[in-house]
Amino acid sequence: MNLELLTLAVGAYAAVLAFLGWLGYRRTRSAADYLVGGREIHPVLMALAYGSTFISTSAIVGFAGVAALMGMGLLWLTMLNILLGVFVAFVVFGRPTRRLGAALDAHTFPELLGRRYRSRFIQGFAGGTIALLMPLYAAAVLIGGARFLEVQLQLDYQVALFVFAVITVGYVLFGGLKGVVYTDAFQAVLMVCGMLVLLVATYAQVGGLSAHQALTDLADKVPPALRAQGHRGWTAMPAAGSPLWWQMVSTIVLGVGIGVLAQPQLTVRFMTVKSGRELHRALVPGGLFLLLMAGVAYVVGSLTNLWYFQRTGKIALAIMTDPATGKPNVDRLMPLYTQAAMPEWFAYLFMLALLAAAMSTLSAQFHAIGTAIGRDLYEQAFRLGGGAERTVLLARAGILAGFAGTVLLAWNLGPGVIAIATALFFGMCAATFLPAFVSALFWARSTRAGVIAGMLAGFAAWALWVLFVHERESAALGVVKALTGRTSLGAGTTWALVDPIVVALPVSSLVTVVGSLLGRAAPGAEAGATARTREGGLDAGLR
Amino acid sequence: MLGFGDLGVTAAFVLTLASAALCVGYGLLHWNDDDAPLPPPVHPPGEAELDDL
Repeated sequence: MNLELLTLAVGAYAAVLAFLGWLGYRRTRSAADYLVGGREIHPVLMALAYGSTFISTSAIVGFAGVAALMGMGLLWLTMLNILLGVFVAFVVFGRPTRRLGAALDAHTFPELLGRRYRSRFIQGFAGGTIALLMPLYAAAVLIGGARFLEVQLQLDYQVALFVFAVITVGYVLFGGLKGVVYTDAFQAVLMVCGMLVLLVATYAQVGGLSAHQALTDLADKVPPALRAQGHRGWTAMPAAGSPLWWQMVSTIVLGVGIGVLAQPQLTVRFMTVKSGRELHRALVPGGLFLLLMAGVAYVVGSLTNLWYFQRTGKIALAIMTDPATGKPNVDRLMPLYTQAAMPEWFAYLFMLALLAAAMSTLSAQFHAIGTAIGRDLYEQAFRLGGGAERTVLLARAGILAGFAGTVLLAWNLGPGVIAIATALFFGMCAATFLPAFVSALFWARSTRAGVIAGMLAGFAAWALWVLFVHERESAALGVVKALTGRTSLGAGTTWALVDPIVVALPVSSLVTVVGSLLGRAAPGAEAGATARTREGGLDAGLR
Repeated sequence: MLGFGDLGVTAAFVLTLASAALCVGYGLLHWNDDDAPLPPPVHPPGEAELDDL
């Protein structure tokens, strides 16, 4: 590998980011510009920014490695990513979110919920959970990007981590959401180029579409240990009810697939476009982008088993074994595969695509953390001062605080935390925010008390399940071990495999509904109703 | 069909492509569909009255 050429490519990439960040800065003249892009972002830019924020390095590298292990059943997640994450998100959620956001002059996701129910607590609680837990997710993305820089540019890991974070926070800090969207869209184009080449080159090398049958015929090469877990080959679903099935369906497909609907850094994108028409137009690039990212990653990840078998007689699982630990490490697969199977020029392109995937997600996270701290907590929930002229300043201070917290976390977190931290945050968002968000948009009868109770119950159920039952997290966090000496209260049973979202989301939904039906309609409902009746129709405001 | 090992993965593959096609088709069909104009904000910018709870 030509290190000088790679350094030059990364330098040129950083220069483009700096220019786009500067462009965002030049075009930011108000708090609305800084927080929601002035509500006039072009639909293609919005769709690409949404997609590149959605898809991080862990989706391309981590989940492709998981697909090499589990097989193409992961395509159910791609299907949900497109159907829920794009179609339902844009058509069903996007338009009412944009309208309600404009009607209530909301600039952040917590502010949308808080103003809908006229509740400082809701805005503060939502902002607080984002400020507290999103740095964990951001740290996971940061670690992924820094590890990449460490290996490819041969930088010290701590230096790589700091440099990566400083470049990202730089253009977020000055460019605001406009800077984030401009850079995200550029990064999305890089990602599309990388994944398109990866798809075509992989199918060309394994025999085109007939590779599916060849991969099916490899089913007898599944290691016995995996077979015992329910693995039935890379082109078949795991045996229903088996440990592998639970992991695939509840944690990966449902946990990540549903969690996306209430991601604050994605939801705020709907408030950046100037009309519902823009959301329709954004569907086209949005759907294709997710297909190219998640779809290609999971198909190629599975096909690597065939590629390696045709050339070495071994499946990908044998290739990705970490020499240091002697255990398979799914994160190693895609770097090893691209190095072995692709031409050298592609390695540079793919590295830039991975860097873009990490940076585009991280920039949106910094922006969401910053606005949660500055706008939702400091300015609105605690009323510590603000006003139109100070909003941008406070958001910038919040971004710096979020940057510091994220870097400190990333420095101190142990290995193997990327997938856990990502799943934790997605699950928390679904359990805590999704019923409240759906109610705010579609259920006029929902009450402030019901929504608060639902958010608290969802958060508590999620936290308890994470700490005490779901073994992947409870074993890593160690609380249940310290109290009971076991890695999970459900160790050895199916319960230990059931993702927190499967329990916490129904709890949160049920409490929201029952709590709302038991109380009086929230005063915030009048705000939504006012927005609606001003247009002369009960539902017109939210269509 | 398509060389996959079971119906579950075949369905996932087909539905993934169908979902992307739905996004493209719906987006193109409604390319010029717009909402009614936005109502004026309920609150003056930045001056929402929120209760403590």
